[in-house]
Amino acid sequence: MTEGDVNKGRRRFLGATTAVVGAVGVVGVAVPFVKSWNPSEKAKAIGGPVKVDLSKIEEGALITEEWRGKPIYILKRSAAVIAGLNESGLKDRLLDPESNNTNQQPEYAHNETRSIASDVLIVEGVCTHLGCAPKMHYEVKPEPFDEKWSGGFFCPCHGSRFDLAGRVFKGVPAPSNLVVPKHQYDGSMVVIGEDGGVA
Amino acid sequence: MAQNKHPLMAWIDARLPITSTFEKHMSKYYAPKNFNWWYVFGLLAMVVFANQILTGIWLTMSYVPSSEEAFASVEYIMRDVEFGWLLRYMHSTGASLFFLVVYLHMYRGVMYGSYQKPRELIWLFGMFVYLAMMAEGFMGYILPWGNMSFWGAQVIISLFGAIPYFGEAVQEWIRGDYLISGITLNRFFALHVVALPLVLIVLVVIHVLALHEVGSNNPDGIDIKKHMDERGVPLDGIPFHPYFTIGKLPAVSVFLMVFVGIIFFFPEGGGYFIEYANFEPADNLKTPEHIAPSWYFGAFYAMLRAVPSKGMGVIVMAGAIAILFILPWLDRSNVKSWRFKGMYSKVAIVSFGIAFAVLTWLGTQPATPGYTILARVMTVVYFLFFLAMPFYSKYEKTKPVPERIGE
Repeated sequence: MTEGDVNKGRRRFLGATTAVVGAVGVVGVAVPFVKSWNPSEKAKAIGGPVKVDLSKIEEGALITEEWRGKPIYILKRSAAVIAGLNESGLKDRLLDPESNNTNQQPEYAHNETRSIASDVLIVEGVCTHLGCAPKMHYEVKPEPFDEKWSGGFFCPCHGSRFDLAGRVFKGVPAPSNLVVPKHQYDGSMVVIGEDGGVA
Repeated sequence: MAQNKHPLMAWIDARLPITSTFEKHMSKYYAPKNFNWWYVFGLLAMVVFANQILTGIWLTMSYVPSSEEAFASVEYIMRDVEFGWLLRYMHSTGASLFFLVVYLHMYRGVMYGSYQKPRELIWLFGMFVYLAMMAEGFMGYILPWGNMSFWGAQVIISLFGAIPYFGEAVQEWIRGDYLISGITLNRFFALHVVALPLVLIVLVVIHVLALHEVGSNNPDGIDIKKHMDERGVPLDGIPFHPYFTIGKLPAVSVFLMVFVGIIFFFPEGGGYFIEYANFEPADNLKTPEHIAPSWYFGAFYAMLRAVPSKGMGVIVMAGAIAILFILPWLDRSNVKSWRFKGMYSKVAIVSFGIAFAVLTWLGTQPATPGYTILARVMTVVYFLFFLAMPFYSKYEKTKPVPERIGE
């Protein structure tokens, strides 16, 4: 081998291995930068469960609690409303009347009323379209947004409609029913954000 | 020139290429002599960018990026800081005008085929500038921490929820919390004032370097480099400096008059530059009656809403932006400027402009059934401009392009 000889294969191999090792290093260094964007321990602590007393809610009344910064709607429904949820006239207009999209509620709320206690609806007041807060229109009466309104939630942002079990209507931008957060009862109290791992 | 050089300049030039750089990009950069007023918007974008950087730095001196104090610190800037109101209005008006001049700058490129070979990379990097500007505008809008800031961010970050399976995790990662909170505000502040301006500056430099490599297009789409004199100077070109730098001063003056006119008389732009709902502090439990993005995102927002399915809406909106990137490869015309293109191209370019303007307006309006139909029609027009372009631009009859400008 003379001085000017270049071993091209060896040079390419060394170049490629250096690049690979360098790339692994870059990925490794990127990890802390990417991970630092995850919710911090403090944010996780603040996002803990919330306890609500249900005994003071009147029939037809909606209270709004806050859990993880989301409005949680707690609504006490009348017997007439509960019966109405099962009417075929309403169900035909819903996208997912049987709540078959299991991402939208825990298993214990996968039923006709989408709740543990049939009269108490607990849903996140967050439109499944783009996160606005739907407003409740409880009364059965023609509304500007729906002639055959039988009570429910209407999102002022993009016009999505939900019934009084948080089930989404067909033909609106929202793709799925309102989310039922995990929760469990403790006497007359309900704990939102915790279900003892049932789900 | 060289023999008259000041000794100090000669000393510097031997160590740092000041004179040759100035000549390459200014005094010996030959621009076509038939530039019209559409060619002022690139320069105006530079002027506004400088304004944003300067006023932005000064605003940072009084703004507090925390969820407790952000809103109050903006009011402090408006009421208590000497000339703080002016600095803020310069920044907020500058943001709107930045988008306005960039939209006109882009439309000029569409009309005169400035994206065509060999200027594909100029267009591409221009699009990256536009993308960075959108991120910059979006994050800047969060900083005053008004209620529209909060809910606007809520809507935009929710778009990532359309990603299958990872949607929720991606949103949490962007927010750094289970909701948009002070944590989100702080990171958007860092991106808005440090990261994105750096990216923008680098991209603008690349955009201009690519332009100066191939030379400017012109309203006739004539290649001026085909006819050079014996010194290698294009016969139809004139030095950028002083002819265009000085020549464009009146246009800059008119623009600045409009700029200060808005700042002094319509700083809120009728609710389009600063939305009224943003005069209330952010409240995560109270959605404003009508959520509208800043006007400059209106077109894409209107397309998002026009589609009655979240996933498809997001795809259509992202596609509307993405398709702009491949414009240079959709145009198969043998001429650049619409002056020599056929009827189909002319109709397409004008309807594209109208569709974009109408969609922009629709995006700021509430979604009534009538408006939704209109938005759908305009969305189709918008996409047809691009998707049909490979056909109409190839098969239509074009006019012959003159060899020289003014022939």
